[in-house]
Amino acid sequence: MARFDPYENNGGTCVAVAGADYCVVAADTRLSVGYSILSRDHSKIAQLADKCVLASSGFQGDIKALQKALAAKELIYEHNNNKKMSCPAMAQLLSNTLYYKRFFPYYTFNVLAGLDTQGKGCVFTYDAVGSYERTGYSAQGTGSALMMPVLDNQLKSLVLSYCQLRTFNTKLLLVQDAVTPLSESDAVDLVKDVFASATERDIYTGDRLEIVVINSSGTHRECIELRKD
Amino acid sequence: MFRNQYDTDVTTWSPQGRLFQVEYAMEAVKQGSACVGLCSRTHAVLAAVNKPASELSSYQRKVFRVAEHAGVALAGLTADGRVLSRFLRNECINHSFVYEAPLPISRLALKLADKAQVCTQRSWKRPYGVGLLVAGLDESGAHLYYNCPSGNYFEYQAFAIGSRSQAAKTFLERRFQGYKDYTPEQLIKDALSAIKETLQGEKLSSSNCTVAIVGRKDDGTIEPFEMIGAARIQELIDSMEVAEEAPAEASSMQEEERGSEDAAAPMDI
Repeated sequence: MARFDPYENNGGTCVAVAGADYCVVAADTRLSVGYSILSRDHSKIAQLADKCVLASSGFQGDIKALQKALAAKELIYEHNNNKKMSCPAMAQLLSNTLYYKRFFPYYTFNVLAGLDTQGKGCVFTYDAVGSYERTGYSAQGTGSALMMPVLDNQLKSLVLSYCQLRTFNTKLLLVQDAVTPLSESDAVDLVKDVFASATERDIYTGDRLEIVVINSSGTHRECIELRKD
Repeated sequence: MFRNQYDTDVTTWSPQGRLFQVEYAMEAVKQGSACVGLCSRTHAVLAAVNKPASELSSYQRKVFRVAEHAGVALAGLTADGRVLSRFLRNECINHSFVYEAPLPISRLALKLADKAQVCTQRSWKRPYGVGLLVAGLDESGAHLYYNCPSGNYFEYQAFAIGSRSQAAKTFLERRFQGYKDYTPEQLIKDALSAIKETLQGEKLSSSNCTVAIVGRKDDGTIEPFEMIGAARIQELIDSMEVAEEAPAEASSMQEEERGSEDAAAPMDI
């Protein structure tokens, strides 16, 4: 009984790390289907507003459609409010857009990252139907299970203790302060290492790594080669 | 004499073949405060007079960005204009979404004109009481269109609408032949001069006018539709005034020379 399957997983992994005044977003550039590679040079990162970037892995058709829908909604926001959307505002919009299709979801695993209204780094991580959370770092995609443990190992205690220092007497972990105390170059190096590790064992991750760093002076893009096997 | 009998409904023709309600809508445009538009091969400029409703209030916005590559200036019922701007913005976004390309200005003007025409042929509607100068950039260069409440639209090199716009039109008629090759700065200065003509006596300053420009630079990059800041407008107005004073001095000097030559002539005899 052949039935049309509307979805396909084109693979790939996305990562983002938030810093005190910067944000690092990275994704590999491999597009696959099954055991084949469709492209070694396909970007998963879309710039939605000047301090807001969306990295998505999953079904490329839905990723493109989602990016276009968000860009159109952002333009409407600009027309109505005379300013570009902030990252937290875009985070809510993305969540609503995803849940709108709760019963025929966008097959996308998203990480939205950028600078919040105070200029601090922010990372929002999503599931396919819009459940989201602001965190200090996140990985989504086929290699995420390989990367998250490493990121937790390197960043979690740092983030927690950094937050606890800042929340004084209360044991309440303020999610808004979820940033890592790492410097920008350390965060970029960590991301490169983590991708190198995931590339070794995940067949869908590799070829090239696109790293986008957002800070007060703007958006800076860098590409480094990964294993192509 | 027959106007009153045939002007109740927009769907009633007069014996002379006129739709008076549509003509009355065009009257509303003439009552609004002035706007001008000009374009060169690569840039289009829109300028409007800022007239506050009273001393206590702010002025009404008459220039709207419709897309990165296009904007409108309106005269007449600004509320109607606001609604139409929202329509135009939506059309541009929808076109970009489907075609991944900016909506050509001629198509934008056409969509607007078709929308306006509908209101001239439905008994339960009324025509939009606003005239729009639609300016923008597409593959074939910069364009300026004027959209009437009647549903007609025309392309212009330069145009002015609203109250006392005839003075601006006369100014533009004298100068428009050269506009194709004007630099953006020259276009802005002419727009300001045209606006000045409509002010008739009142002093032109950055607080009583709005100017916006869109175009393609020499290197091919797009200058998106943007209002020009008040400081820059004031700079340009000031430089225009200096330029006016300089030729005035030169011509008064020439008169003195002529006077001395006349005095010399009798001695020759």
